[in-house]
Amino acid sequence: MDSTPPAPRGLLRVLTCGSVDDGKSTLIGRMLHDAQQIMDDTFATLAKDSRKHGTTGDDTDLALLVDGLEAEREQGITIDVAYRFFTTPARSFILIDSPGHEQHTRNMATGASNSDLAIILVDARKGLLTQTRRHGAICSLLGIRHVVLAVNKFDLVGFDQAVFDRIVADWTGFAAELGFVSMQPIPVSARFGDNVTRLSANTPWYRGPSLLEHLERVQVEDAAGTLPFRFPVQWVNRPGQDFRGYTGTIASGRIAVGDAVVVAASGRQSRVARILGPDGDLPAAVHGQAITICLADELDIARGDMLAPVADRPEVADQFAAQLLWMDETAMLPGRQYLARLGHLWTTASVTAIKHRLDVTDLSQQPGRQLALNEIGLCNLSLASRAAFDPYAENRATGSLVLVDRDSHRTVAAGMIAFGLRRAANIAPEAVLVNKAARAALNQQKPAVLWFTGLSGSGKSTIAKLVEQALHRQGRHTYLLDGDNLRHGLNRDLGFTDADRVENIRRVGEVARLFVDAGMIVLCSFISPFRAERRMVRELVGPGEFIEIFVDTPLDECMRRDPKGLYEKARAGRIPNFTGLTSPYEPPEQPELRLLTADRSPDECAREVLDHWAD
Amino acid sequence: MPLPHLKRLEAEAIHILRETWAAFRNPVLLYSAGKDSSVVLHLAQKAFAPGRMPFPCLHVATGWDFRDVLDFRDRRAAELGLNLLVHTNPDGLARGINPLDSGSQVHMNVMGTEALKQALDMHGFDAAIGGARRDEEKARAKERVFSHRSAGHIWEPRNQRPELWGLYNTRIQAGEGMRIFPLSNWTEFDVWDYIAAENIPIVPLYFAAERPVLRRDGVLIMRDDDRMKLHPGEAEQRLSFRFRTMGDWPLTAAHESSASTIAAVIQEMRESRVSERAGRLIDGDQQASMERKKREGYF
Repeated sequence: MDSTPPAPRGLLRVLTCGSVDDGKSTLIGRMLHDAQQIMDDTFATLAKDSRKHGTTGDDTDLALLVDGLEAEREQGITIDVAYRFFTTPARSFILIDSPGHEQHTRNMATGASNSDLAIILVDARKGLLTQTRRHGAICSLLGIRHVVLAVNKFDLVGFDQAVFDRIVADWTGFAAELGFVSMQPIPVSARFGDNVTRLSANTPWYRGPSLLEHLERVQVEDAAGTLPFRFPVQWVNRPGQDFRGYTGTIASGRIAVGDAVVVAASGRQSRVARILGPDGDLPAAVHGQAITICLADELDIARGDMLAPVADRPEVADQFAAQLLWMDETAMLPGRQYLARLGHLWTTASVTAIKHRLDVTDLSQQPGRQLALNEIGLCNLSLASRAAFDPYAENRATGSLVLVDRDSHRTVAAGMIAFGLRRAANIAPEAVLVNKAARAALNQQKPAVLWFTGLSGSGKSTIAKLVEQALHRQGRHTYLLDGDNLRHGLNRDLGFTDADRVENIRRVGEVARLFVDAGMIVLCSFISPFRAERRMVRELVGPGEFIEIFVDTPLDECMRRDPKGLYEKARAGRIPNFTGLTSPYEPPEQPELRLLTADRSPDECAREVLDHWAD
Repeated sequence: MPLPHLKRLEAEAIHILRETWAAFRNPVLLYSAGKDSSVVLHLAQKAFAPGRMPFPCLHVATGWDFRDVLDFRDRRAAELGLNLLVHTNPDGLARGINPLDSGSQVHMNVMGTEALKQALDMHGFDAAIGGARRDEEKARAKERVFSHRSAGHIWEPRNQRPELWGLYNTRIQAGEGMRIFPLSNWTEFDVWDYIAAENIPIVPLYFAAERPVLRRDGVLIMRDDDRMKLHPGEAEQRLSFRFRTMGDWPLTAAHESSASTIAAVIQEMRESRVSERAGRLIDGDQQASMERKKREGYF
């Protein structure tokens, strides 16, 4: 930091990638060191670490500056992405150091997703390796358009120009199809500093810039500025009755007060009435700014929606083709359900087909029935709801997605959308005139599902009936669904096997959804023993519309009450598959409300539901 | 035209704060009253305007906080109308854990890390926002913006979720939690530049003034009260000094300085050859000590 003047503040995000032992960490350490970014106490710790873990004999091992985790220092390798910051008189940099091991390719993709430029390292003695090609392909796939090929350890090949020329020729042949806008090859020695921050006397034949000079000067276009306006709605800010603003970060383009916008998925239109920035009202805003937009009309807009110009809309579809980079130990299987995140929209998704796998060593297309860890494939995806997006090649921010495992919640894949499927779906939807919001407004209430779950005899129906009576007295429009009015009609073909229980709840959920759509408050009283089915119903209705109420009565208390004599019959073996005895009950993990009924009356429980509902 | 550097960092932090509120059931802002959490608090006021910051602040008090820091904390809480929660580990108090006799590691573990976990559990917070930055330390350089903690608040550095684009994976299971770092991509300079640009109030001890101070083992310690006894022959002297970072007072080294304004502080840092955390007397205790502490649940 030395006497660096106040920073110029152009920022370049630089990814470094290469194979194991190519010397990435050493190169970063060298750059930080030679640019005088290493503080004295940090250097003292480094000298101490070098004696213990270093691989450079008596010299200070600069790689240990960046290999931050204990396991890394012990094994002498880099296993996670590290972020380093430094500033020169010309520019600020974030250096994103990514690992070379194949099993950590996912981390490289992570780094690449947020980088403007990649430094790809090659060991001068080894030339291009499979990993080098893989990294080139991943950089290209993730949209990096500027690359430096740093041919490292040049001291070990006697600074021989022929070696450099051969490696550059190999790389140019491979990279021709990767769509890089700039490719700068540089011969370097990270250990000794040749051509890192200063041109080296050892390579008089090399006419290009030093690595740091190149990084300071390279022009990376800022595409997001020229793209159409895209605003993924992050959160609806409603601090009181008289303010309703849509917050988010502008993904691309520009917006001004007075501009006409459309909610991409619903087709509803309005005008921008106000734009609030971090310091108050703004006349206009550009991509990268975190703002709050107020519209002239009250529209039904939620987190996950996207605002766009009326004349230049994103695609809207529930099926599309995307390149998936698989990042999980468990292979991807077509048909399995995953959580998907596009912008601020969370939905479920499954892969309906793998069109081909990509062999990144020669960029050829291979058939495939699954994607294993670190494999890349072009896949068709089907979403549970329609989403607004642009092709990734046009817009990184609105063309990307991640898939998350439904149970472990691990991030399992990164996706880059290629194109929407079913072109008909791209026709801008006409806004439905009479919709849920309109019906709810007429009913003067917020539609919802109050879902009572619990063991047989726990008191679900008793409490639900009391709640419905009270709501009715308040003038609310309600309907109660329970086993009595569904098992005898709509669901009378169903028994009590696990499969039938699942189907029973699915139908109940669909009926409840229709009631909510009609603007009603629907109370559902079902044992509904499985988490997955309760979650399914939750996902059928809008956010905040599903209120899960766990009527938590211990099994022995239910058995003691046994209002219908069912437990006695079940224990006598006369009812198979009885929940709590011979069939499992999975209690809710995070219900909106948990009613402990053991020492309270049904009236008190009903009051608690109403109080919760009033909040 | 790309956004200016500080505006870009500000936008990113506001985005992260809103994301936390939108995605979690019960978030909390960890507020130590230090410069970094003062910046986060300032950003949170902006993120939710014209509404108020919707979540509470939590301060883990160890019993050895600078009095100036506590005064400042309470003043800011009153000015901004914060819902401020303060927690001190009662077991640690009962056991008489302190930095002078128990050693810095035991003290920080019991009164810092354990206390934090107790408070998060007690209030059922599923998301805790902190002011840590990647440029502070090697282990932090590898931290995610949304950093998953398994049950028991454990950080598993080898099993971190990949974080692509701005598509944060905010999904957690019951019992798990998330630590969130809106200043991940800020440097120490960025923090000071922002404090200067936005005129953010900070604890006066960050600025140089002449005060009594004790030089012990080559380190300047400000005895905030007389629990730290003077050794025979020791005496305090009056020097102009300031702090670059704030921890518990017996564990935080001051340095001689005449920088009494923000501009002077920034200029002093430009000339400095010592890193920010050198003033923390706990980090060097043990090699890789930050990573170990983080795995155990330290912020």
